[in-house]
Amino acid sequence: MSKPQNFDPKAYWSATLRLLFITLVIWFVVSFGAGILFRDALDSIHLGGYPLGFWFAQQGSIFVFVGLIFWYARRMDKIDRDHDVHEE
Amino acid sequence: MDLQTLTYIVVGLSFALYIGIAIWARAGTTKEFYIAGGGVHPIVNGMATGADWMSAASFISMAGLIAFLGYGGSVYLMGWTGGYVLLAVLLAPYLRKFGKFTVPEFIGDRYYSQTARIVAVICLIFISFTYVAGQMRGVGIVFSRFLEVEITTGLMIGMGLVFFYAVLGGMKGITYTQVAQYVVLIFAYTIPAVFISLQIAGTPLPQLGLGGYVGDVAFLSKLNQVVTDLGFAAYTTGSKSMIDVFCITLALMAGTAGLPHVIVRFFTVPKVHDARMSAGWALVFIAILYTAAPAVGAMARYNLHATVNTAVTTGGDMFAPEASIQGETRPDWMKRWEKTGLIAWDDKNGDGRIQYYNDASKDDAFLAKAEAAGWKGNELGSVAKGTFTGKVDNDIMVLANPEIAGLPNWVIALIAAGGIAAALSTAAGLLLVISSAISHDLMKGVFARNISEKTELMAGRIAAAVAVLIAGYLGYNPPGFVAQVVAFAFGLACASLFPTIVMGIFSKSMNRGGAIAGMLTGLIFTLVYIVYFKRDVLLGMDKVPDSEWFLGISPEGIGVVGMILNFAVSYLVMKLTPACPEHIKHLVEGIRYPRGAGSAQAH
Repeated sequence: MSKPQNFDPKAYWSATLRLLFITLVIWFVVSFGAGILFRDALDSIHLGGYPLGFWFAQQGSIFVFVGLIFWYARRMDKIDRDHDVHEE
Repeated sequence: MDLQTLTYIVVGLSFALYIGIAIWARAGTTKEFYIAGGGVHPIVNGMATGADWMSAASFISMAGLIAFLGYGGSVYLMGWTGGYVLLAVLLAPYLRKFGKFTVPEFIGDRYYSQTARIVAVICLIFISFTYVAGQMRGVGIVFSRFLEVEITTGLMIGMGLVFFYAVLGGMKGITYTQVAQYVVLIFAYTIPAVFISLQIAGTPLPQLGLGGYVGDVAFLSKLNQVVTDLGFAAYTTGSKSMIDVFCITLALMAGTAGLPHVIVRFFTVPKVHDARMSAGWALVFIAILYTAAPAVGAMARYNLHATVNTAVTTGGDMFAPEASIQGETRPDWMKRWEKTGLIAWDDKNGDGRIQYYNDASKDDAFLAKAEAAGWKGNELGSVAKGTFTGKVDNDIMVLANPEIAGLPNWVIALIAAGGIAAALSTAAGLLLVISSAISHDLMKGVFARNISEKTELMAGRIAAAVAVLIAGYLGYNPPGFVAQVVAFAFGLACASLFPTIVMGIFSKSMNRGGAIAGMLTGLIFTLVYIVYFKRDVLLGMDKVPDSEWFLGISPEGIGVVGMILNFAVSYLVMKLTPACPEHIKHLVEGIRYPRGAGSAQAH
């Protein structure tokens, strides 16, 4: 595991942690936020035949999770390339 | 062709497929045995992870749990999917970069301690064995219900099959059979879901059908109306307290991310980038089932009420005597499944009709109405240990679904094959991590460091074989609480392995003493809390009242408190014990960026 030249581990790691933080905030908001803590308030809004809070708890959060992982993976690829530590 | 023969043919064909794959994908090296050679495509790995992850509980029980819990069932839906976000951002890419074979190996190397490695093995074995026993039981039950053989016979066949491809093929064999098993189980699950959604909401996509309309009323409003009219809690609100829902969801998420048989799947892909993508793909394949499940649950619940009370669909008076169907004319599927005890009819008021309602309702006005109608207690339930209980079994909602929806026999046969696929794929994944913990971590890593690769491979196979036998025994002779314990495997993983691995990656200063103390605290605290509050089922003692729960958190959610304790104790002990050595800090530095991951290293 040779370290690449001109690699600034601190900058790379803080960029990674920033993305990680954003990802986990979204993860928390759609499940614990919309599906649990603020469900009662959201349930007064309807999305088609769904009360919104219930929808987030049973389906919406899962759809967001899927999109979130792919989005995270793409952003990480960019961070890897910017810091020249991507895989060949 | 009759159902029995058809089921034998469909299940037989699926078995032939698994055996064929096992012979084609034999493992020749330890690397193939532990991590399938490390060259698995991320989409293939995602599919295998989906099957590895979705167990008999996901396939057979979850929709039924949701059907009867309503909103409360959301803890399983969010909890068992949200963990993949944690895996993708906190664990999988870094453990892949580390590039070894097992989870205890990472913990042992990162915390420069054989003791830490052994403690991790103990956590792993505890988590995995409780989980695998439930799977073997699931195999036996599916066999006995669909093929009408003894549970023991079903268990033997299941053990034989897992033995064949796990022992012979190791991770390589398991990976490719899991892909086949995923295809079988997802077809088996979605076909009835599509039909039931078409029938009730007029749309083929169950994911949309749940939010669809019956006439001009939203289906969920209609369902709320029906269940509350019959004295049950409204479907979209549920009855668990908010803090408990919060903790259970979090425990299931962190537990998922800490399950060794899931983590190890991410060791099989070629690159760090692939590990991230693979987590996404795994969740895509899981989400297909998990977003259909709430629709299956809600619609099956509606169908069940509509079947026994004709006023549900006509909108008439549910309390009218002729609204409840006559027992004599109850549908064939009900008669057929009564043999298994999963559903039962007990004519308490002797009127020859079936009244299904919540006789434990706290609404006096409702109870008065029921009594005025001549109802003398709920008459639809299941039979457990020879006596009638007023609760229809969860599993019936998936198992009898095709029959309730009037689907052809081949769909019913497919459900049997799907249930067995779900149970076998998870069992195989679990058996593999158990065997590699023994051959790779305990033998090669600690107690017999000089064995050759060939001996280690043989040891792995023997350990897998022994694990199959123990799992089979536990499945045949469950300690009475297997179903209970499977859910707790998550709490244990959440409190023990998950925090320790995360700290190993995100803290350079966490040291040996902190990790060992943290893992043990998390494991022991969670275990003691569960045993204390479940001592009625686990030890046959008097039940401790739920009102004594710590902060109102149920044993299912207590893993979260265990996790917090693990973090706290680790931090304290770290401050009091010698600092983490420099070369370990470099190791942590090295796993944080992707370049140079290459393929996993054998020693």
